[in-house]
Amino acid sequence: MSWEPRPTPDVNPETAAFWAAASEGRFTVSRCGDCGLAFHYPRTRCPDCFSDRVELEDASGEGEIYSYSFTEQVGGWPEEALPLVLAYVELDEGPRVMTNVVGADPESLSVGQRVEVEFVDTEADDVSIPVFTPV
Amino acid sequence: MVPEPVYIAGAFEHPTREAPDKSTMQLHAEVTAGALDDAGLSKDDVDGFLTAGVPEYEHGLTPLIMADYLGIEPSYMDSSDVGGSSYVGHVGHAASAIRDGHCEVAVITLAGRPRSASQATGTGARELRSYQDSFERIYGATNVTMYGMAARRHAHEYGTTSEQLAEIRVAASKHAQYNEHAMFRDPVTVDDVVNSRMVADPLHLLDCCVISDGGGALVVVSEDVESTLDRRCVEVLGVGESPGHHDAGRIDLTRTAAERSGAAAFERAGVGPEEIDYASIYDSFTITVLEALEDLGFCEKGEGGAFVEGGTLQAPDGELPFNTDGGGLCSNHPSNRGGMTKVIEAVRQLRGEANDEVQVDADLALAHGTGGSLGTRHGAATVVLGGAP
Ligand SMILES: [Zn+2]
Repeated sequence: MSWEPRPTPDVNPETAAFWAAASEGRFTVSRCGDCGLAFHYPRTRCPDCFSDRVELEDASGEGEIYSYSFTEQVGGWPEEALPLVLAYVELDEGPRVMTNVVGADPESLSVGQRVEVEFVDTEADDVSIPVFTPV
Repeated sequence: MVPEPVYIAGAFEHPTREAPDKSTMQLHAEVTAGALDDAGLSKDDVDGFLTAGVPEYEHGLTPLIMADYLGIEPSYMDSSDVGGSSYVGHVGHAASAIRDGHCEVAVITLAGRPRSASQATGTGARELRSYQDSFERIYGATNVTMYGMAARRHAHEYGTTSEQLAEIRVAASKHAQYNEHAMFRDPVTVDDVVNSRMVADPLHLLDCCVISDGGGALVVVSEDVESTLDRRCVEVLGVGESPGHHDAGRIDLTRTAAERSGAAAFERAGVGPEEIDYASIYDSFTITVLEALEDLGFCEKGEGGAFVEGGTLQAPDGELPFNTDGGGLCSNHPSNRGGMTKVIEAVRQLRGEANDEVQVDADLALAHGTGGSLGTRHGAATVVLGGAP
C-alpha cells in the first residue's frame, strides 16, 4: 500500500534525517549525548538537559502497545483503511510513539501486546511512514 | 500579603445553540453586551479585554481584530490560547492585570459556530499545522480516538469501566432536563450510554460532548468597581494553570495537568478540594471529567470510577454536584471550547441563580478547564471562586 491520500509529513531541516532513515527501513530515536535521554519526536536540542549534542540512533523497532483506540469514523481518511487503529507504542528504548497498528483485527489487540515496526512508502523517495504490527 | 480582592461581576451565556444567521464576531459582541448588562456596566467602562484565538479568523492578531470590531481601546489585552481551558486561565490573567493596575473592568469573551459550519469536531482528521502534527496527525489522530486511548489506558491500569464513565453522562443529563437551552434534555441511564454507538473504542456516542454554536462572556472587576455595583459579585480566590504534554515520549495518558493547576489554585485560595461545594469540570468526554476529578484531588488517582458511582456528581444532594447546566455533554460546547461555560455555571451557583432543581447551597465553587488533547498536549486551568462578601 502507499500512504497517499493520507496526510504526509511536513519535512523540515530538523526532521529530514528521521524521515530519510525511515525510507531506508530504519526507525530512529533521538539520543542525548550528555544526559543519555532517548526521546521522540526528533529535536536538535534535548528536552531534558537542553544539550545540543543530540544524535539519531537506530532503534530496535520493537515495543509494546501502551494504549490504542479504533474507529470507523475518520473524516478525510481513505475508506479502505478503516477501521483505523490509533495507538501509542512504547518502544523498547523507552519513548511512547504515536502510530497506527496495522495487519490485525482491532478487536484482537491488547495493551501490552508486542509489536514491531514496518514502513509505508510515500510519493517522496526520502519519506516513509513507520507503523507497527503485532509480532 | 493578602492580594487585593478581585471579583466576577458579570456572566452571560448566549442562549443560542445554533446560529446559522449570525457571524462569530456578532456573537462576541452579543455576549459582551450581555455580560456588561449583567454586571450593570457599559462598554465605556471596559479597559481590559481577553479572548482566545478566534478560529474562523487569522490567528495572531485577535486582540486587534476584536478591539477594532467592538470599538474599544483597552489598556490591557490578552489572547493567550490554550484551547478550551483558555477562559478559565483568563480569569487569573484579568485578576493579575487588575491587581497590577493595568485595568479595572476586564471582559473575557468566547464565541464560535462549529455547528453551523458542519465541523466534524471529534472525528475529523485535521490538516497538519504544528511541528508535532507530522508525527501525530499523519496517523489520522482525531479528538475522539486520542481521548479513547486515554480511556483505554485508564481502564487498563485501574479497571475503570464503561459503566463508570457512563455515570458522568447520567449526572449531566439529569441536570440538563432543567436547562431550557440544553441541546439534550432527556435523562439517560448507564445502559443508554454503554449501548449507544461506539465512536472510538472504548468511547461511545454518549461519552462525547455536543457540537454547538454559541458563546459566553465574563466581566472581572477591581474591588473599587465592585463596591459601586448593585449586582451580587463572586470573588476570584485562586487560579492555577499548567500544560501537560508528550514529555519527550513519557506521556502518561492517565494523568492530566490538573494535578498542577488544581494544586496552585487551591494553594492561592487557601482551601482544599474537600471544601468545594460545587464543581464545573470540563467535559469534552466522560474520561476528561474522570481524570480531572482524580487530579484535582476529589479522590485518589485511579479511584475516579468508584467515586462517580452512586450519584456523587448529581445535584443537589450528591457529594460533589457538577455541571448543573448539563455541561458540554448535554447543554452546549460553543466554539468547541468548554472553559467559559464552566466558569459561568459556577458563578450562577454562587449567586444562587442556577436552575431551582439543581441549585446547591454553595459558598465555594471550582471551575476547571482542559484544553487541547489529553492524547498529545493539553492546557489545564482551575479557578476557585467564593460567594459574596
Ligand atoms: Zn539531555
